[in-house]
Amino acid sequence: MKNKIDFMLAGVGGQGTILASDILVEVGLKLGYDAKKSEVHGMSQRGGTVESHVRWGEKVYSPVVERGKLDYLIGFEMLEAARWTSYMNNQSAAIVNRYRVPPPSVNLGLASYPPDEELQHFIETRAEQFQWVEGNAIAQELGNPAVAGVVLLGVLASKLGGSEDVWLEVIEQLVPPKFIDLNKQAFIRGKRLNA
Amino acid sequence: MRKLMSGNEAIAYGAYLSGVKVGSAYPGTPSTEVMDNFSRYPGVYAEWAPNEKVALDVGIGAAYAGSRAMVAMKHVGLNVAADALFYSSYTGLNGGLIIINADDPGMHSSQNEQDNRVYAKFAKVPMLEPADSEDAKTFVKVALELSETFDTPVILRTTTRISHSKSSVELEDSAAPASEKSTSPAYNRDPGKFVMVPANARRRHPVVEDRLAKLAAYAETAEINRIEMGKEQLGIIAGGIAYQYAREVFPDASFLKLGMVYPLPQELIRSFAAKVKVLLVVEELEPFIEEHIRLMGIPVKGKGVFPITGEFSPHLVRECAAKAGLINMEQDNSSTTVSQPELPVRPPMLCPGCGHRGVFHTLSKLDVLVLGDIGCYTLGAAPPLSAMHTCGCMGASIGVAHGVDKAGVSDRSVAIIGDSTFFHTGITPLINVLYNQGTTTTIVLDNRVTAMTGHQVNPGTGLTLQNKETREINISGLAKSIGYEMVDEVSPYDLDKLSSVIEKHINSSLPSLISVKHPCVLNVKEKHPAPVVDQDICVNCGTCLELGCSPLTQEEDHVSINPLLCNGCGLCVQVCPAEAILVNDDNNGKERR
Repeated sequence: MKNKIDFMLAGVGGQGTILASDILVEVGLKLGYDAKKSEVHGMSQRGGTVESHVRWGEKVYSPVVERGKLDYLIGFEMLEAARWTSYMNNQSAAIVNRYRVPPPSVNLGLASYPPDEELQHFIETRAEQFQWVEGNAIAQELGNPAVAGVVLLGVLASKLGGSEDVWLEVIEQLVPPKFIDLNKQAFIRGKRLNA
Repeated sequence: MRKLMSGNEAIAYGAYLSGVKVGSAYPGTPSTEVMDNFSRYPGVYAEWAPNEKVALDVGIGAAYAGSRAMVAMKHVGLNVAADALFYSSYTGLNGGLIIINADDPGMHSSQNEQDNRVYAKFAKVPMLEPADSEDAKTFVKVALELSETFDTPVILRTTTRISHSKSSVELEDSAAPASEKSTSPAYNRDPGKFVMVPANARRRHPVVEDRLAKLAAYAETAEINRIEMGKEQLGIIAGGIAYQYAREVFPDASFLKLGMVYPLPQELIRSFAAKVKVLLVVEELEPFIEEHIRLMGIPVKGKGVFPITGEFSPHLVRECAAKAGLINMEQDNSSTTVSQPELPVRPPMLCPGCGHRGVFHTLSKLDVLVLGDIGCYTLGAAPPLSAMHTCGCMGASIGVAHGVDKAGVSDRSVAIIGDSTFFHTGITPLINVLYNQGTTTTIVLDNRVTAMTGHQVNPGTGLTLQNKETREINISGLAKSIGYEMVDEVSPYDLDKLSSVIEKHINSSLPSLISVKHPCVLNVKEKHPAPVVDQDICVNCGTCLELGCSPLTQEEDHVSINPLLCNGCGLCVQVCPAEAILVNDDNNGKERR
């Protein structure tokens, strides 16, 4: 068991970031870690950014990840992933959904959305590992773009190693009954991506 | 067994375990989930009050009657409820009364970042401060016992990071029996204690002072204040979230963790200070603990090291400590220099389909001075709508508009306020306009729910917090009944009608009210087919983009609509001067206009 693992999940309100972080923190607890999570919500439904911190450790004090000490960045949206690179270091890993939600300033033609390569380069140079995930495309194939976040969790689980049973158990516990199968499928698709 | 809970969930759980029977609150981030969660426990009564002052009076009444009671609000809510806080400090109670008060350092969703520890000192009531969810659960119980032992309301202060962070909580087998006092509610008539006419109040003030002295003595041995000795080089005094950050940044230091932040345990502080070489207080916002220690004549570091503004973080605490020479900054390997691409910001904006958008668009076109208020609709101040010119606190709009009117400003102006805010503190200034012969036009954005904090029911919704059907209060009916002669109701989705009604009202010298009425589309899950832009007709003039609606996207030489995001409200169809935006006839949804 590692001494500590710090995660950040970054996305846009409505993308399921909070459910994914709830699953992640619960998995940590089930694996025997002390686990905490923190996020700021309030205006996220109105299209703002959502940033969620999840920490696993032998003993976790702060619910917030310290800048420069992040282990895994899980980006639900490309631009939002790029916003938190100051939390990473040269051993961090970034898993980023290749999906854009243009902010209003871009829609209005007042700003431009950086190209994929630029965002990738920017994140990559601050991390040891970088992986794009076609989360929304996979989720769409499964029939519901809302489960893209759970695909990302699958990819994360494959990097962390270990059994997938705990993850599936937590998904079953936290997801509304009629979406359990869909979410499990999404998780498994993600988990097998790197196989 | 342990379960992950947010601080707010743990408070609700603690209140249930401690036999709290009556809960009252007004929603406000980051406090809202306290009462939401409490209301779902069996055998409890919980309600949304129209404002925090009413909520606190309700809690006081329940506690007078011998019941254990909980009241919850955000930091600025206590400003509204301050009057009740101060009298209840004098009268004391019968059953226990706990006031949950959530501060918002960093102003994630607030208009200021006041430090409500100051209220504890001001009102002379004890205050506890949990540092995680387990503390939150336990401290509720301690607070209620203190309340009954010392005959005082007790404030439990959290901050956003405590309220909205999840950590594990030990579950207890079943709810503890309610306190004996709450089993048979009865109001014990004792006017000398409960009627605060001057003669009685004068007798009560020394009682309050005596109580504070006893509470200070209790604080010395209270289990929730504890010393955790490490190395003697550095001793840190902290409570709340600052304690957690400090524990990470100073792993070897000695700690005095304060669970009770008022009154402070002077002897405990003195003996801790004597054991360490350097004494440091780590606290967000005001130097509340630091000043007290300085008055005791003990050398201490605090705000000389850490800022007085904003929210702390582990990084900030480390950086400040390093700057002050208290620790060595670790090698920072995150600072690889890479050219940072220009990242466009993502501010929150009105939801697709929101009815408020039509109102602000119209006000902007009419170039009206808009005296605003607090709610989702405050986003009408943001570009491109940019149609709100003041916003201070809950219920301020109508009074400010009346003041602008009486000052003789020639601009045409309106007060704008949401339904929940209107019920909160909008009714009295509405009366003031009428009474003092003002001419203000008040626009109530009536979407029949408290949308901002996550769709809590309110007096206009027709449902109570515990899901009972109740009378819906009609705002235009209320205005007419107090004497407003010019009152209209209009849909926010009919721009022509909206514009003509607003014109009529602002050009009239009568005080007036417009109820712009349509349920929040997110709350009632109303959705219509997205309109389609005919690219051959679109002249790319940008008029529709002025609505500030996120599904509308600027393409190379035309605008398109993202059907996944679009709610189909039809405002863009109405504003397009080229008639390039066409209603999608695949009309599965109900007709709106």
